Amino acid sequence: MQKILIANRGEIALRIIRTCREMGVTTVAIYSDADKEMAYVREADSSVRIGEPPVQKSYLNADAILDIAKAENVDGIHPGYGFLSENAEFARKAAEEGLVFIGPSPKTIEQMGDKIVSRQTMEQAGVPVVPGNSNGIDNIEEACSLADSIGYPIMLKASGGGGGIGMVRCENKQELLKSFESTKTRAKTYFGSDKVFIEKYIQNARHIEVQVFGDSYGNLVHLYERDCSIQRRHQKVVEEAPSPFLSEEARERLYDLALKAAKAVSYINAGTIEFIVDENENVYFLEMNTRLQVEHPVTEAITGLDLVKWQILVARGEKLPLLQQEIQNQGNAVEFRLYAEDPVTFMPSPGKITLFDWEPGHGVRVDYGYEEGSSVTPFYDPMIAKCIFYGSTRVEALAISKKFFADMKIEGIKTNAPLLKEIIEDENFQSGRYTTSFLTEWIAAKK
Amino acid sequence: MKEITASMAGTVLNIMATTGDDVTEGQEVLMLESMKMEIPVEASVAGKVAEVRVSIGDFVNEGDILITLE
Repeated sequence: MQKILIANRGEIALRIIRTCREMGVTTVAIYSDADKEMAYVREADSSVRIGEPPVQKSYLNADAILDIAKAENVDGIHPGYGFLSENAEFARKAAEEGLVFIGPSPKTIEQMGDKIVSRQTMEQAGVPVVPGNSNGIDNIEEACSLADSIGYPIMLKASGGGGGIGMVRCENKQELLKSFESTKTRAKTYFGSDKVFIEKYIQNARHIEVQVFGDSYGNLVHLYERDCSIQRRHQKVVEEAPSPFLSEEARERLYDLALKAAKAVSYINAGTIEFIVDENENVYFLEMNTRLQVEHPVTEAITGLDLVKWQILVARGEKLPLLQQEIQNQGNAVEFRLYAEDPVTFMPSPGKITLFDWEPGHGVRVDYGYEEGSSVTPFYDPMIAKCIFYGSTRVEALAISKKFFADMKIEGIKTNAPLLKEIIEDENFQSGRYTTSFLTEWIAAKK
Repeated sequence: MKEITASMAGTVLNIMATTGDDVTEGQEVLMLESMKMEIPVEASVAGKVAEVRVSIGDFVNEGDILITLE
């Protein structure tokens, strides 16, 4: 693979370009009219306009992307995360055009993308799933009787959902009645299917995921866990590795289950198994993300590996570079997502970044998409940059984080930087005693 | 004629009012999705819905007219 097209934008496109450059792989970027001035467009070896800003006319336009790939004579396509990265149809079409899709097989994407099918697959493989129903729900009567048998609170979820969209927590029957039809409508609008299902909402839980990697020779390894419990609107804000909460016994159990899950779908390339871990360290499969994860840098920090490089090697048909026992983890890493949004209401805040400056330093990595002078447009995800900190201990990583945010300057738009600073100072965060309700409680305390 | 416009660019996710409905000031009449966030659009004044100018799934720009009131 000598030349690849990056079917994405922003920080992840830049991240992929960096590794490609090191490997001597030529890159082709695509950009919408809104992204013409962005850093990744400049940094790629060549770049091609894809269309108007709305995602349907640009980064989700599979046919237009494949046309560019053919015209540019690339060997492979890296989908990044989001957009078409978990679109089986796109992966299949790419293969039909003789292009290597840098990711798992279309069949695996399909199987894991349908949350009901993925639940069924994991149950059959002996991986515990969150208590709920694995067949989908047709009507509100069925939903209510199921919710009664599971017990409230419950999560009503779109089977085609992901990225925190299309799920609603219901405390009681009234809320379920209120949310049922609107969740189905949303699911249909977003994911093209109104199929929904119900899971128990697990209180005081942690969201812990395991990075896995497979090759086409049947080798499968895990690259340890990431704790992603600090979320707003079911979307991650802070991720760290290792989890500050798990006992050694639970950690090993988690890795075993992740490998079992990956094996059940003969997984190839980079993937992430997301689990919910309750306060008694019971582990439940939540979903599998069949792509590179936003928060992959924390895993890179503790293992010293380059996950994008591994993705390309595996896509080239090579074996995994390391065996399980050769993969070591050391130290602690934490990632903070810097968003263009109001730090209290979380409402998006697009606009021009007039100043963006930070101090580089030991243990500091900033994967940015936007830079000083560029504009955050309302068409895409509001993430400006990922700020990753590494220390030999968690205390050290947090001290580096604290200093970074004290020095960092960003002006022109509202960002969540004030919130990130407060999280770092929070006693429960510092002690590692936090759950998925951390930010909900934090906001409630503010009011 | 009063107009309810989009507060920011996004995709119409849900429309909670139809022609002929009486809406009150502050009532949520439409849901937009923008930057992975659901953004409710409220009626700025009370009135009767004259026309809904968008459909679910449409992409709208900031300032576009979504609903007109009599």
